[in-house]
Amino acid sequence: MSNKVIEVENLTRAFGQFKAVDNITFDVKRGEIFGFLGANGAGKTTAMKMLTGILEPTSGSGKVAGFDIKTQRNKLKYKIGYMSQKFSLYEDLTLKENIRFYGGIYGLRRKEIVERTEKMVERLGLGNIENTLIAEIPLGWKQKIAFSVATLHKPDIVFLDEPTSGVDPITRRQFWDLIYQAAEEGITVFVTTHYMDEAEYCDRISMMVRGKIEAMGTLDELLTKHDAKDMDEVFLKLAR
Amino acid sequence: MIKIENISKSYEVVKALDNISLNVERGKLFGLIGPDGAGKTTLFRILTTLLVPDNGTATLMGLDTVTDYKEIRKNIGYMPGKFSLYLDLSVQENLEFFAKVFKTSVESNFEMIRDIYVLLEPFKNRRARDLSGGMKQKLALCCALIHKPEILLLDEPTFGVDPVSRKEFWDNLKKLQKNDGITTIVSTPYMDEASLCDEVALIQNGKIMAVDTPQNISKGFHHTLFGLKSENNYKTLMFLREMDEVNSAFMFGNSIHLTLHNHKQFINVEQKLREKNFNFSMERIEPNIEDSFMELMEKE
Repeated sequence: MSNKVIEVENLTRAFGQFKAVDNITFDVKRGEIFGFLGANGAGKTTAMKMLTGILEPTSGSGKVAGFDIKTQRNKLKYKIGYMSQKFSLYEDLTLKENIRFYGGIYGLRRKEIVERTEKMVERLGLGNIENTLIAEIPLGWKQKIAFSVATLHKPDIVFLDEPTSGVDPITRRQFWDLIYQAAEEGITVFVTTHYMDEAEYCDRISMMVRGKIEAMGTLDELLTKHDAKDMDEVFLKLAR
Repeated sequence: MIKIENISKSYEVVKALDNISLNVERGKLFGLIGPDGAGKTTLFRILTTLLVPDNGTATLMGLDTVTDYKEIRKNIGYMPGKFSLYLDLSVQENLEFFAKVFKTSVESNFEMIRDIYVLLEPFKNRRARDLSGGMKQKLALCCALIHKPEILLLDEPTFGVDPVSRKEFWDNLKKLQKNDGITTIVSTPYMDEASLCDEVALIQNGKIMAVDTPQNISKGFHHTLFGLKSENNYKTLMFLREMDEVNSAFMFGNSIHLTLHNHKQFINVEQKLREKNFNFSMERIEPNIEDSFMELMEKE
């Protein structure tokens, strides 16, 4: 098995004349927590859509979880997990129904779904809300559940698109505990966030500006290189 | 300027607001700080006369939100949490539409929006749907200001917005306060933005946990706070949480914020970390708003 979960070379996506993603090259190692930062409109969402097999690149090449992002997009989707702030779980299904639904989509056997549901309910202490509609569960809980559902099929990598926006400061940190646990179990984490303290929790951080990756490295490397005291300052210096 | 007295509001079984009272003086920039579901939007909807409270009263400029709603609507600018401009109208058309609704023109109030509008001008013929998040938010602010309101009510204007656009937005709010003397209530889930307000209310589960200046809220922190940095913060954090001496331990960016049951025990903590060969540095630090917010949350 390759030690790289993402390998991308000269990846570009154009919409007419506009290059939303402009020739980016990078890789992400297995088990890494990789922070994917950038201003609104910098091209993060477009890049993520290509990495998750939803959008075809205009040019360039890449592999995610060992599959080609141009030619093996369907196979690739079984090996990844995805959650976002905007959409994660079906509001009008109960917690258990959501798990069964996602488990089914990812091709888990009934027995596996039952086993993993039990484990998850135990780990998150959800025993009393198993049969509650997702709509009635507070946002902070919902996001923790969504993360666990997105990793139910034990993907090689999970993509998190602003998973903690609007979540209270304590729940935000509990969410990051789950991220660390997943990373220790070998699941690679690819995460976008507008909270700069969260960027500092990542093993490596990349920063997109106008379609290009302008900086990439560990927190210490970025702080030294840009002579900054924290990630907030690095972000302001690069994105302005 | 804004007076809220004993307001409660429930939706079926959920108590969105639980007996809230607040005062905002003329010309102040007031922050409502709290996570999603805290009740911030419900409070905005009551203040903008779109929702009637179950109990209590609210007045803006001396006008009651229930009986004087027509007069209030003429004098407030409201930016809802959800983007509510016309997506299929251009920047310019949206502005003109809102000016007309308030029986005024873009030209007659242009001074107030000039600083924000210059950033939008290159895109004035673009449809609102095709604007980036930061641009949408600037357009929404312009539209909320077009009729020169005395009070500005902004519901999470910087939600999901990147740090650069957030900073520009707050610079604009500060300018409006200084140049036009406008009174503003702004809500945000970002704790760092709290420090930019004159006064803030920390809100959680429909209740106000504290109201004060950001400086006093930080000072109100009850423990001695330590900042700890190590080679592997996550491992260190797990180890600290097992210690009897530790009251709370949370990650804050690249350091751990730590409080102890008795602050003199920091010597024991250092000793235990050294015994386990943790490579670390630890010092006393000043708490910030987020520290205070988390302490108040845990107390609730």
